[in-house]
Amino acid sequence: MDISLQHIDYRYQANTPFERLAIEDVSIDIPSGTYMAIIGHTGSGKSTVLQHLNALLQPSKGTVKIGDREIKAQQKNKNLKQVRQKVGIVFQFPEHQLFEETVEKDIIFGPLNFGVSEPVAKERARKALKQVGLAEEILEKSPFDLSGGQMRRVAIAGVLAMEPDVIVLDEPTAGLDPRGRKEIMDMFYALHKDRNLSTILVTHSMEDAARYADQIVIMQQGKVVNQGTPEEIFSSPVELVKMGLDVPEVVRFQLKLEEKTGMKLGKIYLSIEELSSAVTEALSRGVRS
Amino acid sequence: MMEKMIFGRYVPADSVIHKMDSRSKLIIIFLFVCVIFLANNAVTYALIGIYTFFMLGMSRIPIRFLYGGLKPVLWLVLFTLVLQLFFTKEGALLVSWGPVKIYEEGLKMGIFISLRFFFLILMTSLLTLTTTPIEITDGLETLLNPLKKVKFPVHEMALMMSISLRFIPTLMQETDKIMKAQIARGVEFASGPFKERIKAVIPLLIPLFVSSFKRAEELAIAMEARGYRGGEGRTKYRQLSWHLADSLQLVLLGMLTILLFLLRS
Ligand SMILES: Nc1ncnc2c1ncn2[C@@H]1O[C@H](COP(=O)(O)OP(=O)(O)O)[C@@H](O)[C@H]1O
Ligand SMILES: [Mg+2]
Repeated sequence: MDISLQHIDYRYQANTPFERLAIEDVSIDIPSGTYMAIIGHTGSGKSTVLQHLNALLQPSKGTVKIGDREIKAQQKNKNLKQVRQKVGIVFQFPEHQLFEETVEKDIIFGPLNFGVSEPVAKERARKALKQVGLAEEILEKSPFDLSGGQMRRVAIAGVLAMEPDVIVLDEPTAGLDPRGRKEIMDMFYALHKDRNLSTILVTHSMEDAARYADQIVIMQQGKVVNQGTPEEIFSSPVELVKMGLDVPEVVRFQLKLEEKTGMKLGKIYLSIEELSSAVTEALSRGVRS
Repeated sequence: MMEKMIFGRYVPADSVIHKMDSRSKLIIIFLFVCVIFLANNAVTYALIGIYTFFMLGMSRIPIRFLYGGLKPVLWLVLFTLVLQLFFTKEGALLVSWGPVKIYEEGLKMGIFISLRFFFLILMTSLLTLTTTPIEITDGLETLLNPLKKVKFPVHEMALMMSISLRFIPTLMQETDKIMKAQIARGVEFASGPFKERIKAVIPLLIPLFVSSFKRAEELAIAMEARGYRGGEGRTKYRQLSWHLADSLQLVLLGMLTILLFLLRS
């Protein structure tokens, strides 16, 4: 399902002394099947953008297209349920949304709301739980008896069980340990490939953005300041650093190496494997010549 | 979703009213609530109206914002008016329209009582709009201090009040966040049959309770870790200071009171 944001503004608390323009003239195209990463400082408007992707927020200006639905500013929008089934959002700290007596009931809550029958929903719960790497025994437990990391996974399973076409992730691994982080990010990537989903990821990790994304959007103070493939974005690291953002470790290593040895590799490599083979090749060429 | 709420909300601005000592503001509100009952004819109500709007003007709170926030309460004021209109059956008959009969006294009482209600709301909103919760509790604590002699837990009450006030915005943010998360999971809070809507509250309330309890516990631990042992011997960082403006405001209210005594019928 294609999503496109066209010149949208969003104002929080419009018409009060607390009015605040959170995002301004944001245009982003997300064709079906794209893995997009959104990067930016805290307060740059990333979460506000995400909430437009399934009409939780209505733009103050501009148009949001979600599949064949159009959501315009200043217009009543009804029957958004369909949109919300197709676009699943994993909010920041999603474990705060758990409320049911058992893990199973919490996971099937979403699917039931969207009219899936109970047996089918339970089947999906089992599947989703496996995807997030939890054992089936947990289904009958209270979600409040689990560890923080397990709660996070249950909450994610609750969104996966809705079987959306688009998955929106707002810093899904914030506060997890490094191993849990990698497991969850790999899981989302596998899902993205298997089910041909669109994935939109907000992250502070340049490594994740470089490793998984096809497209990167950089936001600063409510505006989109740069947009492109990871190669395009990270090939001008100076600009990123000027904005106070990081560059992936691999890229930093390559830049230092080029600076110290005078070696020129010609392009930016985003994974250690690619970089090391490029360096090996350059070195052997150097030896030969 | 709750963006228009103005109760208990502080709007920072640089105005005479903002700069006043919270003690004088509290005293003025308390006296105003008593004094307003002196008004009993058109002139005295007009005087109170002038006073209220004078104070409002000095506070520099945008009228449009105030109007937006008070709209739900204005309905309540209107309701009071209608109630008085229909149920007071004294004085000359003004309108007779089928079973609906409106009498002179009813009209008068309706207008007066709803005006009184309206002015009270304006003045109390003015207090919370121009005074931070911390200032209000500090002021209250100081004013109520004499009650400590009779073992009234003044400090504990003030602390409880300031903590609750402090966490109102946090709780609202949290509500907004969880509501959105559940809407994304297919809950409909604003439409559907009544029974369904009541049921929809559960996925909102339970996470709110859980996080409130967690937060309370964390707050208690943080306070203990920083050596909090109750009000005994605790000094204050923010000192209240009474200025000339505070005295002048009290004089102004005093003058209003005298005028009311002279002009009431
Ligand atoms: N509910 C809200 N009410 C008022 N302002 C908000 C609200 N949510 C976010 N903002 C403001 O909007 C801006 C963008 O916030 P957000 O989208 O959460 O940024 P990010 O996710 O990039 O950290 C921030 O300046 C923030 O203070
Ligand atoms: Mg955010």
